[in-house]
Amino acid sequence: MSEPLLDVNDIRVAFPGRGFRAKPVEVLHGISLTVNEGETLGIVGESGSGKTTIGRAVLGLVQPTSGRIRFRGRDITDLRGNDRRALARDIQVVFQDPYTSLNPSMTIEEILSEPLVTLGATKHDARARVRSLLDQVGLPSDAAVRRPREFSGGQRQRVAIARALAPGPRLIVCDEPVSALDLSTQARVLDLLISIQRETGVAYLFVTHDLSVVRHISHRVAVVYRGDVVETGSAAAVTTDPEHPYTQRLLLAAPVANPEEQEKRRADRRRLLEIQRQQDEQAGAVV
Amino acid sequence: MSANITAVVDPITPKDAVRESVTRKLLRDPQALIAGSILLVIVVLGVGSPWFASHDPNAASLDAVNAPVGTPGYLLGGDQSGRDILSRLLLSIPTSLFTAVIGVSVAVIIGVTFGLIGGYSRKTVQTSTEWVFSLIQTFPGLLLLIVLVPLTGGDYRITMAIFGVLLAPGLYRIVRNQVLSVKNELYVDAARVSGVPDSRILGRHILFVVRSPIIIAAAFLAGACIGIQAGLAFLGLGSTLVPSFGAMISDAFANFYTDPLQLVWPSALLGLLTASLVLLGNSLRDALEGARPKSGSASSRGTTRQAPQNTAPSVALLDVRDLAIAYPGPDGKPREVVSYVSFTVGAGETVGLVGESGSGKTQTAFSVLGVLPREAIVTRGSIQLGGLELLDLSEKDKRAVRGRRIAYIPQEPMSNLDPSFTIGQQLVEGIRCAVPGLSRREARATMMGLLERVGITDPDRVFSSYPHQISGGMAQRVLIAGAVATRPEVLIADEPTTALDVTVQAEILDLIRELQAEMGMAVLLVTHNFGVVADICSRIVVMQSGRVVEEGDVRDVFASPTDPYTQDLLSSILDEGTVRLDPPRTPEPVEAQK
Repeated sequence: MSEPLLDVNDIRVAFPGRGFRAKPVEVLHGISLTVNEGETLGIVGESGSGKTTIGRAVLGLVQPTSGRIRFRGRDITDLRGNDRRALARDIQVVFQDPYTSLNPSMTIEEILSEPLVTLGATKHDARARVRSLLDQVGLPSDAAVRRPREFSGGQRQRVAIARALAPGPRLIVCDEPVSALDLSTQARVLDLLISIQRETGVAYLFVTHDLSVVRHISHRVAVVYRGDVVETGSAAAVTTDPEHPYTQRLLLAAPVANPEEQEKRRADRRRLLEIQRQQDEQAGAVV
Repeated sequence: MSANITAVVDPITPKDAVRESVTRKLLRDPQALIAGSILLVIVVLGVGSPWFASHDPNAASLDAVNAPVGTPGYLLGGDQSGRDILSRLLLSIPTSLFTAVIGVSVAVIIGVTFGLIGGYSRKTVQTSTEWVFSLIQTFPGLLLLIVLVPLTGGDYRITMAIFGVLLAPGLYRIVRNQVLSVKNELYVDAARVSGVPDSRILGRHILFVVRSPIIIAAAFLAGACIGIQAGLAFLGLGSTLVPSFGAMISDAFANFYTDPLQLVWPSALLGLLTASLVLLGNSLRDALEGARPKSGSASSRGTTRQAPQNTAPSVALLDVRDLAIAYPGPDGKPREVVSYVSFTVGAGETVGLVGESGSGKTQTAFSVLGVLPREAIVTRGSIQLGGLELLDLSEKDKRAVRGRRIAYIPQEPMSNLDPSFTIGQQLVEGIRCAVPGLSRREARATMMGLLERVGITDPDRVFSSYPHQISGGMAQRVLIAGAVATRPEVLIADEPTTALDVTVQAEILDLIRELQAEMGMAVLLVTHNFGVVADICSRIVVMQSGRVVEEGDVRDVFASPTDPYTQDLLSSILDEGTVRLDPPRTPEPVEAQK
């Protein structure tokens, strides 16, 4: 593969500070990453790490202060107006909260056909496509005439996935798409995303805080810590044998759903924290 | 694992009875029905007034001067100029209706348009619209209308258009604030990502959602317009040839000692009209925004509760038996959300109460704390703490247990701290409520020690900080310090780490474990996370749709769950071993969708 689908190169994002003449706060300090066709890149990080901002920058919802974002070789960093809107055909999104990401006053059919009609489809074609989309995400076709409040969280997330799939995009930014769901629903939605990827070859930029989720769905993983990518690699390597101290801490902090193993992990975590503390002390002594 | 997944979908559960259409709600509301019918009658009379009125409103007849009620041809009598009161009354209705329509339309068009622009656009546009509307609001409304009479020539329609402009800032504020809160909703972002143009986003996604407050405000503004127009006409400002309530009241007022009855007709109809508008506005608000739930069921709690069959004294510290909690359903009948829940928590034991959303786990925990919402009814069962029946306690006695013998750690640490007080003030107040007679200084010393104990490295700084100045993990430590200050026998933790990062979660779980060992308290941990249960709990209680489906030692349940639901839950955990290994599919270039 010669050229990546998405190439994020050294982007910085700053938000205005709070208060009068406050300095802007930089939340991303030069992030670089690539997503290839048909691939899932998992972005793992904790709250405040800037992981969500990466996704929003790719979607054009926040403007980087420097750096470039290229999609299929084309610079999309500064696209505005109609050019940016046309990109909706290729780049789509699934948000975390299925309760606020669907307009409560619209029917599912209206929600799903809106992006299609916006991109120039006729009402009739859009309606036909809505049926096939609902089928694709495993919802009954009578769902079309209902409104979001009639659905459970997992079902709403399926609607959000169908909306993202509607224009046949090449990249979907998934921002914590399963964090708000119950455990059993989580697994089903992840499996749905994987099977859709296998069918359509769409790529995912998958933002999450949950290591087990990222392990399940990603081909490659980038770990974000305080606005920097600290580690990138194959999902297997990063989630089983991490190199960066932060990733090591993150991995051992996630509890295993097995009492015996969790006891072992707890001990491992304590040992790791002790070692890292000693290293920090030595480093401090050297400086 | 993923092959046949799409076929497995939960059944769709329409919440039909809960949400019904606004019109149906209005039809069921007697206030709306009465106010609406009165308005309808008035409007019909007004529209038909050219036909109903038997006289020209300005035709004076000397025979009819102050004619009494019931005079042939003059049903309500004549006024001091000999004009027919009934005809003038009927023909005043269109004046009032036009008044309302003109005033409200102008206010709505200007207020809504600029509210949308002001709320959605860039900062500079926002500031300038804000400035203009603030300026309009500083104009003294009634005075301006009076001063402008020479310009308007006394035409009430022009006056009302100006009044509409003066009313616009109110609507502008409402719409702008609504837009500001809606525009960051994810579905607006989703529409932007979908390439939907701004005009459509404003019309379809924002205006449609903020329409209710506009409709409600319009009903009230209509009343205000009619009132102002009547006031101006009463003052004699405006054409004397246009019949209106204000002018009629003014005439009758001058004639008050001769024929006081003349004052009644226009005042009554004006009052009826504005009152119906305001009442309809209130009903609209209830219908569109949802009325407050009727309270009062709290009194029925306890009295209707059935005691459990097995009343043997309990050996466990906390013993929940046959607990059932119900909420009034849409039809008024109680609907059980928790049924026959029984479990025990022994001293020094950690029990995990596990279930998915809607399983009733939080309701169960809240009933132990005695903090269920007012409309909840405990229909059956018993909750005993060391042999003391908690459900029989008065609110005062419950307070003595809560915070002292039973403590609580919430899911959202931040929203459980009051942003307007320092951490120290809140902690000191808490412990002084629980331990009467404790001096402020002693309380401070105790809390400082505890803050240090819960792993806060700089207790002095945290003590004098406000909640927004500390992180979520720190806030949870503060709340834990507050919870264990009274050395409670039972600690109830409701998803205590769900809102926290995993690294912080691990630290908080360690802390709870240590504190429990030190103080020997029992912990009831409500969670959906099996990792957390595996980490800290010794026993597990699994709940599904308000019932306990499995209970047992953590190791036993994890190793060999007996209930199918537990098996299902445990098997859907994304386990450690599965890493995605299938390579990314490279799409054939031909297949690219167009």
